[in-house]
Amino acid sequence: MRKMLLGKLGIFLLLKGLRMLTLLIAICFISFLLVKNSPIDPIQAYIGADMLKVGPEQREKIAEYWGLDQPVMVQFLNWGSALLAGDLGTSMIFRRPVAEIIGERFVNSLVLMITAWVLSGVIGFVMGVLSAMKKDTWIDRLIKWYCYTLASTPTFWMGLLMLIVFAVWLGWFPIGLGVPAGVLAADVTIADRIEHLILPAITLSIIGVANVALHTRQKLIDVLASDYVLFARARGERGFILFWRHGLRNVALPAITLQFAAFGELFGGAVLAEQIFSYPGLGQATVEAGLRGDVPLLLGLVIFSTFFVFAGNLIADLIYYAVDPRTRESRMI
Amino acid sequence: MPILEVENLSISFNQYTAGLRRKNIQVISSLHVTLEAGEILAVVGASGSGKSLLAHAILGILPDNALVSGTIKYNGEVLNASTQASLRGKEIALIPQSTNYLDPLMRVGNQVRTSVKTGDATVAQRAVFKRLHLQQSVEKMYPFQLSGGMARRTLLSTAIVSDAKVIIADEPTPGLDPVVMKEALNNFREFADNGCAVMLITHDIESALTIADKIAVFYAGTTVEVAPVEDFTGNGESLRHPYSKALWRALPQNDFIPIPGSQPHPSALPTGCLFAPRCTMATPACSEKQPDMQNIRDGMVRCMHAT
Repeated sequence: MRKMLLGKLGIFLLLKGLRMLTLLIAICFISFLLVKNSPIDPIQAYIGADMLKVGPEQREKIAEYWGLDQPVMVQFLNWGSALLAGDLGTSMIFRRPVAEIIGERFVNSLVLMITAWVLSGVIGFVMGVLSAMKKDTWIDRLIKWYCYTLASTPTFWMGLLMLIVFAVWLGWFPIGLGVPAGVLAADVTIADRIEHLILPAITLSIIGVANVALHTRQKLIDVLASDYVLFARARGERGFILFWRHGLRNVALPAITLQFAAFGELFGGAVLAEQIFSYPGLGQATVEAGLRGDVPLLLGLVIFSTFFVFAGNLIADLIYYAVDPRTRESRMI
Repeated sequence: MPILEVENLSISFNQYTAGLRRKNIQVISSLHVTLEAGEILAVVGASGSGKSLLAHAILGILPDNALVSGTIKYNGEVLNASTQASLRGKEIALIPQSTNYLDPLMRVGNQVRTSVKTGDATVAQRAVFKRLHLQQSVEKMYPFQLSGGMARRTLLSTAIVSDAKVIIADEPTPGLDPVVMKEALNNFREFADNGCAVMLITHDIESALTIADKIAVFYAGTTVEVAPVEDFTGNGESLRHPYSKALWRALPQNDFIPIPGSQPHPSALPTGCLFAPRCTMATPACSEKQPDMQNIRDGMVRCMHAT
């Protein structure tokens, strides 16, 4: 039986892998075409301000050296094969390999995103549960009002507000960056890093809470109105015991799934929050790469974020698969 | 002394119709029912006559928008919300209709164990599974893995382990094959023979007649007659209410004559006797006022023409 289960899981992962592959190919192709047709001139982006000193012949030479005179498909295949060999190219802004920059920025972003993700998940879940258990009381109305307001608040605006209140007026937190300015990298302490992380993380979590909270609230209301909760009440269960035995397990699974599936939104939110707080993460790198025409870095980031979001969805699927007895043990009968 | 008495019970729901206009829908009106220890009372009536709500009202688990009036007495003591809450699952147990009433993400063994109030829960659960011929492996299953018969027995075992004095079974028989059904009904008889009081809510008169001691006939949210099971015989001459008689005669093994018309909707109840619009014996007096319950020949009936 165990073997059969593992076999099923293998097929599941294989299919998912195939889907991932096709998705990546499609994303690569589309973004390549988009960049190709965008007004960004790779030569100008490469040379920058010295453009005036470069003559037409030199430009052609550079174009030839980079293969820019070849047909689009050939260019795509050239880029694609380099990609397959693990070469993402060199960033024009940073003059370093793209993979290295993404790796470095990702660590920064990961800390920010995980903090925000865990905070918003836990707080959102608790708020949703509280709201549903106290349905139609003032607590419920307050939480609902908060969620609807927050769900329609843009991240960048929230970030600016946090900056104005907590960094400028109250002066509790630094205004931006990931580490203090003017301090040697070796002298930066973990406390410094945490201090710089708090505001962006809170901004991201405040916004992320609404989704989980509203979803959990509705789901728990449905669960509380279900026949099995009615029967549990008929057997004398109530209050916290009732929630613990029947509410939690039926509500936690969809909430966890939702939270993993929200990786994409988290990434999108991080882009804006990092920009506001000048936090040196992936999001900020994306904005810079876009604005300054750093094509290799931009494409590298696109591929990486696709991978990241896909991984979130995959984890959500796997958790459902592994935790829900209805899918886990459906083969046993 | 009856163990459970329901007197003059009325249940209505507030419903918002167009805009903010509220409408009060009376689903159960002035209902009387008594339950004695060691006895099975079958509550029979068509779908939508409010039978399940009666069960929920006794347990005090009606939805918040329900308005309840009348009294429910347990062992002579009038119940209120808090005493109901303390009796639920201890003194009064519910056996619901289907697997939907089991938590889909909890192993059934654990669900049965939560009903055990005293002693070792696991021991009690294993003993009851053995008694109901459920294999021990069933306790590790989830509700979706149970067959209809297994689900029925699991639900039944929650009531057995609770040691309740009053068992309310809500439609326990539909969808069961004759063998499993007979087994289920015998279990109720066993409950009663052990001194419990059983209220069997069903629309299946035939199977109710095989085990019940008394039959309460439900119509449009109230009991029109409570009669000993022996009265359901012949052409129904011993029955008191025209609806019970008509119901009895409508059975396939009797005359198989349906009654014309249909049960009134709770939002459009007639003013007088609820059955008057369909009754062949109706007189103008019947439409004026709903008749009171009266004792006639060892039974109760709500009809002014009853003999």
